[in-house]
Amino acid sequence: MKKKIKELVEFLNKNKTDHKINIMEVCGTHTMAISRYGLRQLIPENINLISGPGCPVCVTSASDIDLIIEISRQYDVSVFTFGDMFRVPGTESSLYNERSRGRDIKICYSPADVLNFAKNNPDKKVIFIAIGFETTIPLTSVIVKRAYKENIDNFFIYNIHKLVPEALELLLVDKEVKIDAFLCPGHVSAIIGSKPYLFIARDYHIPCVISGFEPLDILESIGMIAKQVKEGRSKVEIQYKRVVREEGNPTAVKSIYEVFEKSDSTWRGLGNIPESGLKLKEKFLKFDAKSNFPVKEINSSEPPGCECGNVLKGIKKPTECRLFSKICKPENPIGPCMISSEGSCAAYYKYEKFKI
Amino acid sequence: MNNKKFKDTIIQLSHGDGGIKTGELINNLLLKYFGNEILNRLEDSAVLNCSGKRIAYTTDSFVVNPIFFPGGDIGKLSVCGTINDLVTTGCSPLAISLSFILEEGFLISDFKKILSSIKEILYDTNLRIVTGDTKVVEKGSADKIFINTSGIGFIDNDIIISPRKIKAGDKILLNGSIADHGTAILSCRKEFNFKTSIVSDCAPLSSLVNDMLSVSKKIHALRDATRGGLASILFELARASETNINIHEDKIPVKKEVHGICEFLGLDPLYIANEGKMVVFVDRNDADKVLQSMKKNKYGKDSQIIGEVTEKGEGLVILNTELGTRRVLDLHYSEQLPRIC
Amino acid sequence: MCLAIPAKIIKINKNIAEVESFGVKKEVDISLTPDAGVGNFVIVHAGFAIQIIDEEDAQAAQSYWKEYLGEKEN
Repeated sequence: MKKKIKELVEFLNKNKTDHKINIMEVCGTHTMAISRYGLRQLIPENINLISGPGCPVCVTSASDIDLIIEISRQYDVSVFTFGDMFRVPGTESSLYNERSRGRDIKICYSPADVLNFAKNNPDKKVIFIAIGFETTIPLTSVIVKRAYKENIDNFFIYNIHKLVPEALELLLVDKEVKIDAFLCPGHVSAIIGSKPYLFIARDYHIPCVISGFEPLDILESIGMIAKQVKEGRSKVEIQYKRVVREEGNPTAVKSIYEVFEKSDSTWRGLGNIPESGLKLKEKFLKFDAKSNFPVKEINSSEPPGCECGNVLKGIKKPTECRLFSKICKPENPIGPCMISSEGSCAAYYKYEKFKI
Repeated sequence: MNNKKFKDTIIQLSHGDGGIKTGELINNLLLKYFGNEILNRLEDSAVLNCSGKRIAYTTDSFVVNPIFFPGGDIGKLSVCGTINDLVTTGCSPLAISLSFILEEGFLISDFKKILSSIKEILYDTNLRIVTGDTKVVEKGSADKIFINTSGIGFIDNDIIISPRKIKAGDKILLNGSIADHGTAILSCRKEFNFKTSIVSDCAPLSSLVNDMLSVSKKIHALRDATRGGLASILFELARASETNINIHEDKIPVKKEVHGICEFLGLDPLYIANEGKMVVFVDRNDADKVLQSMKKNKYGKDSQIIGEVTEKGEGLVILNTELGTRRVLDLHYSEQLPRIC
Repeated sequence: MCLAIPAKIIKINKNIAEVESFGVKKEVDISLTPDAGVGNFVIVHAGFAIQIIDEEDAQAAQSYWKEYLGEKEN
């Protein structure tokens, strides 16, 4: 292993350029891996890794969390969430706090388990918080179709799914954001393939490498980016060949668009991005939690001083936020970037707080 | 103890998981009521001076769910837990107390299995239950069975084991693989539906500690790594001794299946509970012979030297990764949750 | 967004497969990988297989998976 690391580091240094390269690692899981394995200690100084908006929890707006909480307060429902969302703060509470107050909020590992729970407990109204990018959206589509086929009328989804390529395009037109290359998400790409990123290389001349998640994958991908930059190329390359095909997983993509259609979506920190979200098609609207459990409008607000938006865009590092580590810590998170398991601020706090 | 106020208004699960919130509950609330120079040390066992003799005294409560798990049950857990807390002082355990809170409707057949488990451990360690209590509460007021145990033991005059003795150069030893207990519990939770052969490492470590003490008088600190995992214990000891420590990731044993469960659920084994693991800080000159004595004991066959104390400091625990990079371990905010991201 | 692990399919019963990863067995839904068969390796995310792993590429890659894929039963 150490030998291979040495080879990759040598390769990186061989392809070093004089100027600084900003590589945005889009996926939160990459952010965590880079910090956990200390990869910044291995890459040349001119390469700057910035974390992007690929953390579905981080980009969920406070108003969505507030709405879910309000539904759980007003209605007799069983709410299921992935563990990632459990402690994310809304305007004044979180799902974790609500459970402490007696609401029926449970953690699930798989959406399939939630549907099974609904089937086995027909007297309960079950809401699944459907969060995640293209890696997870096909799973939701499968269980919605199953619920439809089997006439399960006590199962609902609170849909906050979002799409990655559209967010990347927004970042590219934002003049504040200076990105020279993208380290693209490996498992989102397992679903969508490499074609959705072609416009980035073609229209913006920015290299993209689709990377796996092990330290060797990430180092190899950074090396491939460095080589492209040095050679003045801009292409979409797949480093994660064992999982990502150019065409992705067509079965999964088809399933997504059987159930959902694109819609506008508000991303925390980035604002409204057209066609970057999904809504249930009319046939499946009966599973929509928002329309089945209406609640009055809530005054939601983002916390003052919170720089999650700029961190998500890669404009600021977590350490450049005034609240980081002073007020905003994992035990007292102000914004979602600190509490999410793969939020940039959480990764920095946990792994890079001390300069060693 | 400190001047910080305890701000929470309701008890949350994280107050009981051994992480930062537990620390807040203890330091900012409980010690305000009961603090004294012994309690404030927050060691696994209190050491009391009684007519020139030192007595170790500890108590613990057990509420684990499920009550039967691969490798043990709540009964075995409770007695082993108290024995292990006692032996971190270097004492010879003398006697145990045992109290039950039983839920109405709890099956006697299950109760008998638990009593048998306890009896087996007592036989293995040559210890006795000398006092106890039983309460029964209405259905719904307790989850089948809760157990409280306490234990006492005498510490020989020439044995002084305390984090304050830790010094630069000390080696850090561990008696085997981590995260077995926590993943064993997770693996049998119905909602996850795993099939594995992982068993809890729940074990009484009195004989292991005895073997160590018989070959060396230079053992500086002992701690059993329970909830919060190995990382939390290292963090606590580094802070308590005001030293910085270096840990080597490739020396920490993790069973393949434990790694598998952690990969499925996105968990870090360093922060997952153990119930039969002792962390040992020993003078570097005695490290090898202590390691050999551990390996000869049935509960220490996979023992390793996992790190060393580097210098006086603010209590940094630095992990040297398998890649040759370094990162700082921190106290986990609270119990890890299974994740998809 | 991307936590997923490699696992080998041991048994299939309609759209549910029993898979094994690092010695741990679990049932996962293979509706999204209809071409997957017993003996294939798949990548598993939140209880679903989301793609079949190309074994040749996996062997060529430098990763922990290589050890795992080539490993015999303990």
